[in-house]
Amino acid sequence: MEDCLLSLRHIVKSFGEGNVLDDISLNVQRGEFVTLLGASGCGKTTTLRVISGLETPDEGQVVLGGRDVTLLPPESRPVNTVFQSYALFPHMSVEKNVAYGLRVRGMDKKLIAERVDEMLELVQMQEYRRRMPAQLSGGQRQRIAIARALAPEPELLLLDEPLGALDLQLRRQMQLELKRLQKKLGVTFIYITHDQEEAVSMSDRIAIMRGGKFEQVGTPEEIYDAPQTRYVAQFIGRSTILEGTAERVDGAVAVARNANGCFAVDAGRASLRAGEALELCVRTERMRASREPVPGFDLPGTVRETRYAGGSVLTYVVLADGTEVVASGEERMADAPQTGARVWLHWDAAQAAVIGGASHGA
Amino acid sequence: MARKTAVQRREDRRSLLFALPMLCFGVLLVALPLIYVLVTSLAASDGSGFTLANYRALLRADYLLVFANSLKLAFETTVICFIIGYPFAYCMARAPRRWKSLLMMLVIIPFWTSALVRIYGWKILLQANGPVNAVLRALGLIDKNIRFLGTYGSVLLAMVYCLISLMILPCHSAVDKMDFTLVEAARDLGSKPWRAFLTVTLPLTMPGILAGCVLVFVPSVGLFYLADVMGGGLVLVGNLIRDQLLKVRDWNVGSAMSMVLIVMSALFYLLYRKSGGSSGLGV
Repeated sequence: MEDCLLSLRHIVKSFGEGNVLDDISLNVQRGEFVTLLGASGCGKTTTLRVISGLETPDEGQVVLGGRDVTLLPPESRPVNTVFQSYALFPHMSVEKNVAYGLRVRGMDKKLIAERVDEMLELVQMQEYRRRMPAQLSGGQRQRIAIARALAPEPELLLLDEPLGALDLQLRRQMQLELKRLQKKLGVTFIYITHDQEEAVSMSDRIAIMRGGKFEQVGTPEEIYDAPQTRYVAQFIGRSTILEGTAERVDGAVAVARNANGCFAVDAGRASLRAGEALELCVRTERMRASREPVPGFDLPGTVRETRYAGGSVLTYVVLADGTEVVASGEERMADAPQTGARVWLHWDAAQAAVIGGASHGA
Repeated sequence: MARKTAVQRREDRRSLLFALPMLCFGVLLVALPLIYVLVTSLAASDGSGFTLANYRALLRADYLLVFANSLKLAFETTVICFIIGYPFAYCMARAPRRWKSLLMMLVIIPFWTSALVRIYGWKILLQANGPVNAVLRALGLIDKNIRFLGTYGSVLLAMVYCLISLMILPCHSAVDKMDFTLVEAARDLGSKPWRAFLTVTLPLTMPGILAGCVLVFVPSVGLFYLADVMGGGLVLVGNLIRDQLLKVRDWNVGSAMSMVLIVMSALFYLLYRKSGGSSGLGV
């Protein structure tokens, strides 16, 4: 960790009852885009507030650029926040809002004016400089909040669900802009969202939070392809989780069996031993339902219904014990199996992950 | 301005209907007496028509001094009410929930007792051989009893005591309504706590402060019985008007004085509206 900008070490924080943050540790590299992802109430915002200094942890350390800042007040940290509600000062113009962080630091007036120009240009809001926040739309306020937070040149920018209040289209557009901005400026971003799609498309790394702990921290691909826990597997993307017991391990390929039949498992990725229980996560878009059995798999079921989902057909299959599995694959309804037809599930074993990977069961 | 649609006109008419009882009330109890005072102030004392003589009679050095004294007392009352009331209101708004209601009770309960009774209470506390002097003596802070009653300070104390809740309530409501995420944003952007207060909290609660100032200042210009009760012979506009009406029995000059006081109060209110205050006085 030679270029580690931020390091959270065993942070614990509680507000009376129960720990909101329960011993979390995280290292963030300079220039990285890290997303905290989780359902509401999982401690994302509290983590951000601990980093910015608006909250002091009960235990643990916040180290920023090699310096322990755990007890420093927010004004003494080179960290700025884009608040969920934007928190623009309603009694100041756009210009004054952006200049605020520079003015309170006693920067020279001329330099402030230049920096404000630069920031407004960056977010393409030059012509709105004299407006009051109440005269701006949600997306415009968003841009000003970002410009204001970036103006003092923070080493670390914290964004608390910055796009939460915007409609879907504006959201997608702002996602692209934000990512571009982050690349261009090279500023480290810690970003909060509960939108997993947003997290996957924007982040260098994602930290999935649950109950004040990190369930898994990794690149979007790692999290997608190798979920460490069942929660992560279900939280990101759509998938089916199949439980089974490893039966035969033949080098790289194992066969697992459960009440519904048996299926192939990539044993190399999971270092399985025979007789071990396992949970396999198969992404919906990789799950296939075929009219004939496929070698290595024997999971027969009945088609309950098929639905067109734009570009692919979703087939809802009911297995012997009543479990419902969604498969996809066919591009047109005409190619999909009929309702009531008997089908066999299968997938590319190399693309399905045993939950917990190498460390499962440990 | 856009022309009003038929629907809007109909709604205007309907809301006028609801306003009617208040309108009657206002005309009967406020407008008519005021017009009576105005007419009296313009009437010649010998009943020979209208004149400005009653107003000219006010241009006497001693009367002007009384007006000046009243304004000075009102101004000082307002400033002290702000200095004590704003921090109180701030703490009240930021206090934990169960403290909040207790503090609110402390502000409101005195309203339920007559101000006159409470001021007599102060008189007893402050008298020469009263509890305040006794405590100060017991603490060894003074050798001889201090004469509080009859001093300008005692009048100021009574004024502040009677009017401070009118400062606290609008200030409290302004602080209570404020979004404190903005203060966090200010801190996050590099403001020290006091700077965040001056640049964010204070300007954003200004409407409440202005409302409180108007609510305290306007009645304190006219208050006179507090000065009477506290003693010391401080003559205020109110005393002057009462004496004109009840002792000298010159109703015309008394009415002229009243009109000046009313116009002054109205001017302060207008000043407040001009400075961006809300018509609801922020309460």
